[in-house]
Amino acid sequence: MADHDHDHHHDHGSELSETQLRVRALETVLTEKGYVDPAALDAIIETYETKVGPHNGSRVVAKAWSDPAFKQALLEDASKAVRTLGHESKVGDHLVAIENTPSTHNMIVCTLCSCYPWEVLGLPPVWYKSAPYRSRAVKDPRGVLADFGVKLPKETQIRVWDSTAETRFIVLPMRPAGTEGWSEERLAQLVTRDSMIGTGFAKKPDEVA
Amino acid sequence: MDGVHDMGGMDGFGKVEAEPNEPPFHESWEGRVLAMQRSMGYAGTWHIDMARFAQERLPPQVYLAASYYQRWALAMETNVVERGYAGADELAAGHALRAGKAITRKLTPDVVKQGLTRGSFYRQAQGPARFKPGDRVRTKNIHPATHTRLPRYARGRVGVVELVHGCHAFPDSVAIDKGDDPQWLYTVVFESRELWGDDADPTLKVSIDAFEPYLEPA
Repeated sequence: MADHDHDHHHDHGSELSETQLRVRALETVLTEKGYVDPAALDAIIETYETKVGPHNGSRVVAKAWSDPAFKQALLEDASKAVRTLGHESKVGDHLVAIENTPSTHNMIVCTLCSCYPWEVLGLPPVWYKSAPYRSRAVKDPRGVLADFGVKLPKETQIRVWDSTAETRFIVLPMRPAGTEGWSEERLAQLVTRDSMIGTGFAKKPDEVA
Repeated sequence: MDGVHDMGGMDGFGKVEAEPNEPPFHESWEGRVLAMQRSMGYAGTWHIDMARFAQERLPPQVYLAASYYQRWALAMETNVVERGYAGADELAAGHALRAGKAITRKLTPDVVKQGLTRGSFYRQAQGPARFKPGDRVRTKNIHPATHTRLPRYARGRVGVVELVHGCHAFPDSVAIDKGDDPQWLYTVVFESRELWGDDADPTLKVSIDAFEPYLEPA
């Protein structure tokens, strides 16, 4: 029985990766020292898992498509405009919205780390934080877009915004044709995360049920 | 510093691979790391640029092999130890061996919402902005051994000021504990040929956000 227990603990222990063990040790130390509260850690994780995500940005874009005054306010001062919508994750001072047009396509990247507009898009996907994206977006954006299956007309101008300071950017994608008279809620269904980063377009009406 | 973190324009990393229906976290420890980082930031322990600088100081082979949240964890260990919040012996033991250091405030469940709101990086201007939209500027050819937010690919290049973002805390100073040293911040846009030479995609323009000390008139 004792042997069995021993084996069981041993096996269980070996299933934990070195990273898991280190992170667990760090949390225990920081908790015992009185710096962090495990219940607050749970609440933070829950916020990012359930409340803050691209649906926040989709709502911003859908409103900008529907309400010209809001769109103008968004392009003038995105922090101020988005704050009026009362998101779960309140935006700070440094959000800038940039508009895609038939002549210019915008894309955002952070070559130095992985700065991303968490406040409106939630946590960045792994590819955004990856070396391939960070290295190539500023030099070969058409190649990056091809990796996403996205092709721009060859005369379209491309503007890449490298987030090298605390300014955060969100792309306002073009409104798809055939959506005249749609409600904001319905329009928001067309707005993908990638369309707000600039690695995709908004969905067409026939791509949603 | 001229580290491997400064990836803009490097070749050889391969295709961008998107994961369909990606979850917010792939492992539960990733969420713990993120939440601890946010809590320590709220507690006033260190600035985000100190976290970035700790990542940049990882050996290149470690930086490249680690996942995003592994890098965060490694950088957090560095800052915890270097700034005296815990000893390496305590991290190794997995328990506190001594009392903690005073913190400004603690992120508790009742203040999570406020705790997750991004702080402002605006600071009081120390003088008028040197540049305005439309000005031609050249980025300096600097190679500090410490943290900077001027990427290598955009050093010594001529661009045009497009936006003025106000006066901000200066990462190059903050990261090395020299204080906010507030500086004007600009979006500066470059033609692709200026960055990548004659074979560059002629339809491409790239902008960076550049602090005033990075720039001189062109």
